[in-house]
Amino acid sequence: MKKLVTALLVVCACAFAETPSTFAIRNAKIVTVSGPVIAKGTVVVRHGLIEAVGENVPIPAEAWVVDGEGMTVYPGLIDSLSTVGIPGAAPAAATGRGGRGAVAATPAPTTPGAIATVTVERARGPEDRPATTSWLIAADEIQASDRRIETVRGSGITTAVTFPTRGIFGGQGSIIDLVAAEKAGEMVLVPSVGQYISLSRGGGFGGGFPSSLMGTISYIRQIYLDAAHYQLVKNTYAKDPRGMARPEYDRALEGVLDSKRILLPANRMVEMDRMLRFAAELKQSTILYGAREAYRPEAAELLKKSGTPILVSVRWPEAPRDANPEDVDSFRTLETRDKAASAPSVLQKAGVKFALYSDGLDAPRDIQRAVKKAIDAGLSREDAIRALTLSPAEIYGVADRVGSIEKGKIANLVVTKGELFDDRTKIEMVFVDGKKYTPAAEAPAGGRGPATEDPGGNQ
Amino acid sequence: MNRVKILLAVCIAIAPLSAETYVIKNATVMTVSKGTFKGSVVVKDGKIAEVGQTVIEPAGATVIDGTGQYLIPGIIDCHSHIAADGGINEGSVSVSSMVDIRDVLNPEDIAIYRALAGGVTTANILHGSANSIGGCTLPIKMRWGKDAQSMIFEGATPGIKFALGENPKRAGNPVGGGRGGAATVQARYPATRMGVEDTIREAFNEAKAYKAEWDDYNAKVARGEHPIPPRKDLKLEPLKEVLEGKRYVHSHCYRADEILMLLRIADDYGFKVRTFQHVLEGYKVAKEIAAHGAGASTFSDWWSFKVEAYDAIPYNAAIMTKKGVVVSLNSDDAELMRHLNSEAGKAMKYGGMSETEALAMVTLNPAKQLGIENRVGSIEVGKDADLVLYDKFPLSDYAKVQKVLIDGTIYFDRDKEVSGRALKQAEKQKLIDKEKQNQQRQPGRGGRAGQGGQQ
Repeated sequence: MKKLVTALLVVCACAFAETPSTFAIRNAKIVTVSGPVIAKGTVVVRHGLIEAVGENVPIPAEAWVVDGEGMTVYPGLIDSLSTVGIPGAAPAAATGRGGRGAVAATPAPTTPGAIATVTVERARGPEDRPATTSWLIAADEIQASDRRIETVRGSGITTAVTFPTRGIFGGQGSIIDLVAAEKAGEMVLVPSVGQYISLSRGGGFGGGFPSSLMGTISYIRQIYLDAAHYQLVKNTYAKDPRGMARPEYDRALEGVLDSKRILLPANRMVEMDRMLRFAAELKQSTILYGAREAYRPEAAELLKKSGTPILVSVRWPEAPRDANPEDVDSFRTLETRDKAASAPSVLQKAGVKFALYSDGLDAPRDIQRAVKKAIDAGLSREDAIRALTLSPAEIYGVADRVGSIEKGKIANLVVTKGELFDDRTKIEMVFVDGKKYTPAAEAPAGGRGPATEDPGGNQ
Repeated sequence: MNRVKILLAVCIAIAPLSAETYVIKNATVMTVSKGTFKGSVVVKDGKIAEVGQTVIEPAGATVIDGTGQYLIPGIIDCHSHIAADGGINEGSVSVSSMVDIRDVLNPEDIAIYRALAGGVTTANILHGSANSIGGCTLPIKMRWGKDAQSMIFEGATPGIKFALGENPKRAGNPVGGGRGGAATVQARYPATRMGVEDTIREAFNEAKAYKAEWDDYNAKVARGEHPIPPRKDLKLEPLKEVLEGKRYVHSHCYRADEILMLLRIADDYGFKVRTFQHVLEGYKVAKEIAAHGAGASTFSDWWSFKVEAYDAIPYNAAIMTKKGVVVSLNSDDAELMRHLNSEAGKAMKYGGMSETEALAMVTLNPAKQLGIENRVGSIEVGKDADLVLYDKFPLSDYAKVQKVLIDGTIYFDRDKEVSGRALKQAEKQKLIDKEKQNQQRQPGRGGRAGQGGQQ
């Protein structure tokens, strides 16, 4: 078995090394996403970019030709909220709700190169900038050697919007292409696309500020007030520093000011309402994430009215395995477990801009099953694909380079036998930046990344 | 056709304003402010339009037969912690005035509906008592089914929670350290009652300086200068509002000496304490409370749950009332909240309050304490149609709420509730069965931790 895995790794390694700079996939069904499906056509790739796509596209003489007979070509999938490549991204369970007896609440870094967390002894208020690393940029932290990169790519994900997710202001996310790179810099599409905000609270009684949801919200509000004030003072000083005390440099505020949008968590309908209002108050371009109760028509209506895009976690809620059979959950909890997977279809029908995200489901089989569940719950296959390609690209403003199979875009492609997300479909090849990867025959073991936290529930 | 559409559009647009017109007929009407009599109440456009032994029935009004039943103003709970998400205490700091219950209202908390079924139409949702100065608070109406913003009692003066005594000095843990030897909990000043006083004084010293800074800035702007505004501080803003009389202080307390202590601070800094909450030793210092103009919101007969709550008597509410204090009875608890009517009844037994005086303790008096008596608290023409219909004399354990109206809309109807239960149960059972089936269909899918559904 070990030999087999090694052999596969070698094959993979060779595969991408060998990809010629110019190649064409011909006679394949091409799901362009941005345009109509081409029943039988050709995609030409040169130097990592799509040079041409269409029914009758001439194949350059120097091109390496892949016969796509019986195969389908999709744009590379985009995971719209991920932690892939970020060192030491700890599993959700360890991101500690303090509480009594939770001694090991601080997540232990899983790799030696983990991001140094800022240790404030015990925050006594917003001025201590608790749980804030807003200045971190994912691109600066990416480890090209992260094994999750290969795992995730196996499910057809070629691009990830990856975030530092620790604390309240986790840091700025980056869009990266999941290439096997020597240097992390080769992977980066956009270094900073927005600030990841979490409302989880680790403090608890005696654990420092903030220890409650309202404390966290108040902290975020104060940060934005401070940032506006900071900017004003800085600008005034820059205009004429004479006779004026110099403003103190504050990296927490710099990080916030550098973030062009924020990601706010909202699973329940009440949380969506709360966060939409909060975003409007902060006057920040916002993306919501979570969306567990987005299956409720009134939630979809709310989102539609606000025009705010939402990222839907495909980690659908399930009954806890070890639950006491005597306990009966509330109607809402039961309903949510029954209907959560129908959220994408409800959002689609309501005309809400949404994308799906893996929420820590790394193994290709898990992602395939999760998306299939949404399709079974009413989402059309085309819309499912769009929610993992062009929609996230549009939400993050990178639809001019990824998200569909179009001339001039980055050559991120998934080639399958069978329709994507079907149980028996095999992903034959994945191209990232025009480099070919062959997914491992079997899903690599493990590969369960950290989930986004349940934001501010009644816990 | 078009006309119909326009009409429809108009109807939809004004729907929230124009609740149905009701006539509640032949009930025993306990107005609280204007006596008790057998008569009727007309409800129109969300307000009480007419009250009397005989009323003119408006055309098209829906008649609610109140024969043999009792109509009272909606119950108001001056001290509640329901309907908030993610913790009721920001316990990490001794002054947590930067946090606001407004930010975490959860309109889907089932406790709202249960309180509604107990006749409560308005509640003051308070921050917890972990801090000398706690978070910002506000009254809500139990508009079950509406969103968070629609729950807020519009126009009501917001409040702030203070707390004295054991909770803010954190009895049992003044020096830090978790139970069982784990050193996870750190000590937090203050650890004594004098420390609590100092904490409040220090906070107001800061708030005064902060206010001066802003006053100075505003004066400069008024003179046409363009100074840089001071930093807005969410911790000090509410305290500045207290100093300006724009925010009510609701202070948790038990002991007489501490009540006097807070009154002295208030006098020193020039603000008013709006209500003392719990105030179990209020009977000892009722004159001083009355002289300050503060209200008292207490329990009927709940005490001895901690050392500072031992010197309590059931006559507390009656004694304070007789000394001129506006007294209300509160719940501080989602369960007790459902039968505040019988809590009020206890004031008749202990202290000989009249029916009206007792009922006022859960209606008009808390309305006065919250500064909303022009809107709610009694059955008077022009007030919000927040009404509760009981089948029996309401100051009793035997009385059951039949209907609850808020702003002239029926939010609880016992008949509908009871008759709807079978259907709701069946729907729930269907979901349970479906989930069981699905689980049996996909055996051996291990490894997936139950992530969701904990609400």
